[in-house]
Amino acid sequence: MDTEPQFFETNAAPGVVGQPLSRVDGWAKVTGRAKYSAEYNQLPGLVHAVLRTSDVAKGRVTSIDASAAQRQPGVLAIFTHENLPKLAKTPNNPEDQKAFASSPMSFFPMASDQVHYAGQPLAMVVADTLEHAQYAAALLKVNIAAEVPTASYLDPKATSYVPKSVKGTEGVTKRGDAQAAFRNAPVQLTATYHHATNHHNPMEPGATTAHWEAPDRLTVYDTTQGVSETQKTLAAMLGLATEQVRVVTKYLGGGFGCKAWVWPHVVLAPLAAKAVGRPVKLVLTRPQQFTGMGHREEQEQTLRLGATKEGKLLGIVHEKTSTTSPWDDYAETNSRIINMLYALPAFESTYHLAKASVMTSTSTRAPGDMPGSFAIECSMDDLAYQLGLDPIQVRLLNYAEKDPTNGHPWSSKSLKQCYARGAELFGWSQRNPRNGQTRNGKLLVGYGMATASYPVHNSQGNARVRLYADGRAVVQAGATDLGTGTYTIITQVAADALGVPPQNIRFELGDTILPTTQWSGGSTAAGRVSSSVYLAAQEVWQKLIKMAVIDRKSPLYGAKAADVVMEKGRLQLKADPGKGEAFGEVMKRASLSDVEGTAQGRYGSIYKEPGAAADANMNKEEKDAAAGYSMHAFGAHFCEVHVDPELGTVRVARWVSVMSAGRILNPKTARSQVIGGSIFGIGAALMEQTVRDPNLARYTNADLASYHVPVNADIPDMRVDFIDEHDPHVNAMGVKGIGEISIVGVTAAVANAVFHATGRRLRSLPMTPDKVLAAMRQPA
Amino acid sequence: MSSDLFPNADTPPLADNSRRSFLKQSGGILGLALAPPLASQAERLTAYSKVIQGATDITLRVNSQAHTVRVEPRVTLLDTLRERLDLTGTKKGCDHGQCGACTVHINGKRTLSCLTLAVMQQGKEITTIEGLAKGDELHPMQAAFIKHDGLQCGYCTPGQIMSGVACVQEGHATTDAQCREWMSGNLCRCGAYPNILAAVREVASQSSKG
Amino acid sequence: MNDFSYTQAATAKEATDLRKATPAGAYIAGGTTLLDLMKAHLAEHPQLVDINQLPLKGIEQTKDGLRIGALETMSDVGEHPLVVQQYPAVSQALLLAASPQLRNMASLGGNILQRTRCGYFRDAAFPCNKRVPGSGCPALDGDHHNLAILGVSDSCIANSYPGDLSVALTAFDAVLTLEKAKGKQRQVPLTEFYLLPGNTLQRETVLEPGELIVAITIPAATHAQRSTYLKVRERSSYAYALASAAVGLDVQGGTIRAARVALGGVGAQPWRSREAERVLTGQPATEATFRAAAAAALQGARPREHNRYKVELAQNTLVRALQQVAG
Repeated sequence: MDTEPQFFETNAAPGVVGQPLSRVDGWAKVTGRAKYSAEYNQLPGLVHAVLRTSDVAKGRVTSIDASAAQRQPGVLAIFTHENLPKLAKTPNNPEDQKAFASSPMSFFPMASDQVHYAGQPLAMVVADTLEHAQYAAALLKVNIAAEVPTASYLDPKATSYVPKSVKGTEGVTKRGDAQAAFRNAPVQLTATYHHATNHHNPMEPGATTAHWEAPDRLTVYDTTQGVSETQKTLAAMLGLATEQVRVVTKYLGGGFGCKAWVWPHVVLAPLAAKAVGRPVKLVLTRPQQFTGMGHREEQEQTLRLGATKEGKLLGIVHEKTSTTSPWDDYAETNSRIINMLYALPAFESTYHLAKASVMTSTSTRAPGDMPGSFAIECSMDDLAYQLGLDPIQVRLLNYAEKDPTNGHPWSSKSLKQCYARGAELFGWSQRNPRNGQTRNGKLLVGYGMATASYPVHNSQGNARVRLYADGRAVVQAGATDLGTGTYTIITQVAADALGVPPQNIRFELGDTILPTTQWSGGSTAAGRVSSSVYLAAQEVWQKLIKMAVIDRKSPLYGAKAADVVMEKGRLQLKADPGKGEAFGEVMKRASLSDVEGTAQGRYGSIYKEPGAAADANMNKEEKDAAAGYSMHAFGAHFCEVHVDPELGTVRVARWVSVMSAGRILNPKTARSQVIGGSIFGIGAALMEQTVRDPNLARYTNADLASYHVPVNADIPDMRVDFIDEHDPHVNAMGVKGIGEISIVGVTAAVANAVFHATGRRLRSLPMTPDKVLAAMRQPA
Repeated sequence: MSSDLFPNADTPPLADNSRRSFLKQSGGILGLALAPPLASQAERLTAYSKVIQGATDITLRVNSQAHTVRVEPRVTLLDTLRERLDLTGTKKGCDHGQCGACTVHINGKRTLSCLTLAVMQQGKEITTIEGLAKGDELHPMQAAFIKHDGLQCGYCTPGQIMSGVACVQEGHATTDAQCREWMSGNLCRCGAYPNILAAVREVASQSSKG
Repeated sequence: MNDFSYTQAATAKEATDLRKATPAGAYIAGGTTLLDLMKAHLAEHPQLVDINQLPLKGIEQTKDGLRIGALETMSDVGEHPLVVQQYPAVSQALLLAASPQLRNMASLGGNILQRTRCGYFRDAAFPCNKRVPGSGCPALDGDHHNLAILGVSDSCIANSYPGDLSVALTAFDAVLTLEKAKGKQRQVPLTEFYLLPGNTLQRETVLEPGELIVAITIPAATHAQRSTYLKVRERSSYAYALASAAVGLDVQGGTIRAARVALGGVGAQPWRSREAERVLTGQPATEATFRAAAAAALQGARPREHNRYKVELAQNTLVRALQQVAG
């Protein structure tokens, strides 16, 4: 390309980018026609696989008696560790791990007789109907020589250690001398925060339908946030070339991080399908979902905050202790947000892990930043009250004008505007500065707020755009839409980039036969896919412009390509817009039915350098260093809670979120993302906890009746606003992403409001009635 | 242990050569069994008694169409819709009446299809999400869900819409608070609740005007 | 689920005869409890007898009170004008339970027979004395934050009935009509229907194998008209109670003439508190009286580490409910 545009400038004439377009996949979803991964029933001879999982959390399988199961009608095969076909590469082998794009843990079940966690798959039954498979699986007599498990880091048997690293972050990090800064600080706050185990619980359980179309050609319909990562990982495990595996995810019933990985069932389904010679559908039951696709680990954090008497931060020492699996050093990196959120001169963080009889925990909406924000944002609230400052004031006092971790300027930051706009929308000025003072009948009323932030991660991916002479276009990228609105926002971007109406665009995603792009996670999809589509559309224009300027019949004949621009589907001279023609005319004369463009969209600093090796795995530090900018989205949440001091109930009565996240492609779907993340956070704040029996290390509430996710009646009116940002540094579209920042700070905003209402600080999540009552027994 | 596990290890495989070679590779110890012919027995029983046992043809009226489907008594209405009739718009979120994703209307009442048996619903009028629109014309509740963005991933959406239609018909959507409570039997993990509320309330206000 | 035979019974006689022939079978009405248990492999029955065609419907005034057919659904009863007017606590208990869909399906008979939500009972992988006698009770030292504190034993602390309806019915002296065979009917007060976890952990009610719940009769009373059901839970709807209270008061001139009190969520069975009623009766309808009644109601509580909060919560719930009724 001669003139690769560096940044998408919204057309002077209003386009559809930034408009509240209704979901283009809405029609399919409201009519029930949207096909999810367990709904490919037309596959020839489709049969059902059902997992049988371990009752106990630790031990060794001594025998599995399948005689009764075998006698059940319709049973086609029963697999255990004794007969499961071997994987070409297995997560159990550290060397093999390197070949996997998305293996969530260094363990694969049914490879030996070892039992490491309750709910671990031990057997798989394949039968002609779901009912036959389910009942046969129940009839398997599994005998296990049980051993005493370790339930969590809180188990007296657990021993904690400081790992070398967790998720690429060092086990111990130091910036300045935070210990000394804290020790010498005139104001010292020390607090410990507890978090229950949480589960993603997307409404659609994990499901894999595997179809061997030929001995060397596998198609998998899977509930995955990343078809390409699943493709590469499955191919490696099954000993196939990447291109021999096709992964399809047209619709995904929520993910929130748990569907970002190739969990055991995703591999077991193709193994079963190959063995029985028929397509196999494997769907996790809801209880299996709790032990099949990871969780957010239970954890505690101690935050020691030192500040001046005026409220300026001097240093923070942060320690986190959490449970991990027998094989992996995994912890959410809570320290990241604590390190960067305020102008903080010195910081130290240490991760402590304890191995227990559980599977490896995994990425859960805003991993690290969500729980990390609870600690820092509650402690900042404490600081405000201790010094008699308004909570917003203390945050402005410590406003980070540049990234304290590396000294880089921000690519853009509109947090002050978020505070101001949020305060205005919420009516923050009405707040009584003293806590425990506002009543509404028997209820205590409190206001709380918290800051949100989430980094702009690097990622990359391709897109293809085919513009037809009749003005219609097909746009393709192997992305996934988790419900985030990818279908819709990319349709909008393509429409504006091609100068055609959105109804002329068909955007296809969720298939590895489409241009490869990375997973939808880490709030990267909107920026990456929109940028790659925008750049692919530019290639279409460049081709058309080149054709026009050498076409004698074109009004643009003889012009310099660089002098021609596209405006609403018309090629015209920059200097003389009257001189030009519609793109269809150029194609018609050349007898071309369509023109195609492709591009690689990059997210983060490197997008500007098309020649550069765009390493999407570059970590945040490397990326920021390369760019010279730190890239984050920022925002603020405000809420009002009503606490019943006698019944212990907390209800959120009002909610306001204001976000600044670069360009907002569609305020309607973006608003939905923000209220969705806030509700997810309200669940974590008030009701969500998975309980593992302290002696048997098995979940006692692995269902949706007793693991409480919020219901409609829990949720008040919610107001969302955006501070629009023009950020030319993050990517070609200037999009930062909003899927995760929406949950960051939410639990703290609720807890801060509870503190304002009651004068009691609850530092253990969720804040259930038992904890509220206990707090109310304490002096304010 | 393997003799217990795989009593039918000698049963000849049914499938093509590729599978047979795969079976050999994996040790040839896969258990394979054939389904016993239960069906004829069941037909004999139903011929002279109301006892239904084993796979049996039953007729269900779904979306104003009669469907004859072969099911065992233990097959739920949900699995009949999804796995036998390919009406996959009705979703399975928990299979235990804890999420509402499988909500359908039976004789006009919202019902969880996961906790009722198909054999129990013969002679009833079953309406699923696929039966709500008239051709390409969406039901007002479907249109309102799109307009107010009452959905994200879409997996709970059919259940929400079936519940919403019933909620309005029942007269339980007259205030925001009432509507929230009477829509609380449908979980939405994406958190579309305020938008769902807006959609249901709008349809309710239109209905009361009309 | 196991494979089973299914029969739609046309008459009560046919239904009870079928069950007599196959004692291990079960009746099915709404199915919301039974199929839930069977899917989780917590119950297995060779035969299901569908009783939905039986004439066990109707809500009518009788000389003994309001008689409700056992096949009436939670929705229909909860919104029935006679129930709303004469037994507000019963209506509220029904409409605060489960979800609209479940209430459309579940029969009153089935509701009364629902089983505990104790996580150890609900998951066949755990030991559980109620399911497998003598296997142990991990709840004692485990997750018992929502288990019972009243009427518990050393081998089981489950709230055998986790729901709401029977709490209200217990408070207002409802009587069940049971039928074992044609012409063999008996009347059992709700207060005597449930069994405490003594030596009969597996037997939770006095219902005999094959016996049908035919009807529920609730006597008319002033205290039933002036009643309420208050439910405290971890989310605003679609959740079981941590604690609940069904209360009714007959207050004249500021003095309590009659009182009915039952607690939910805290007892091994729906917990009628005659102790609280005694404290209330004849006393002024003041917070002090209500506090004293609440203390009496929880006198015998045997909490454990993680459900100790329920003592205070149940008391506060009861006081609040009494305050609401006293107005």
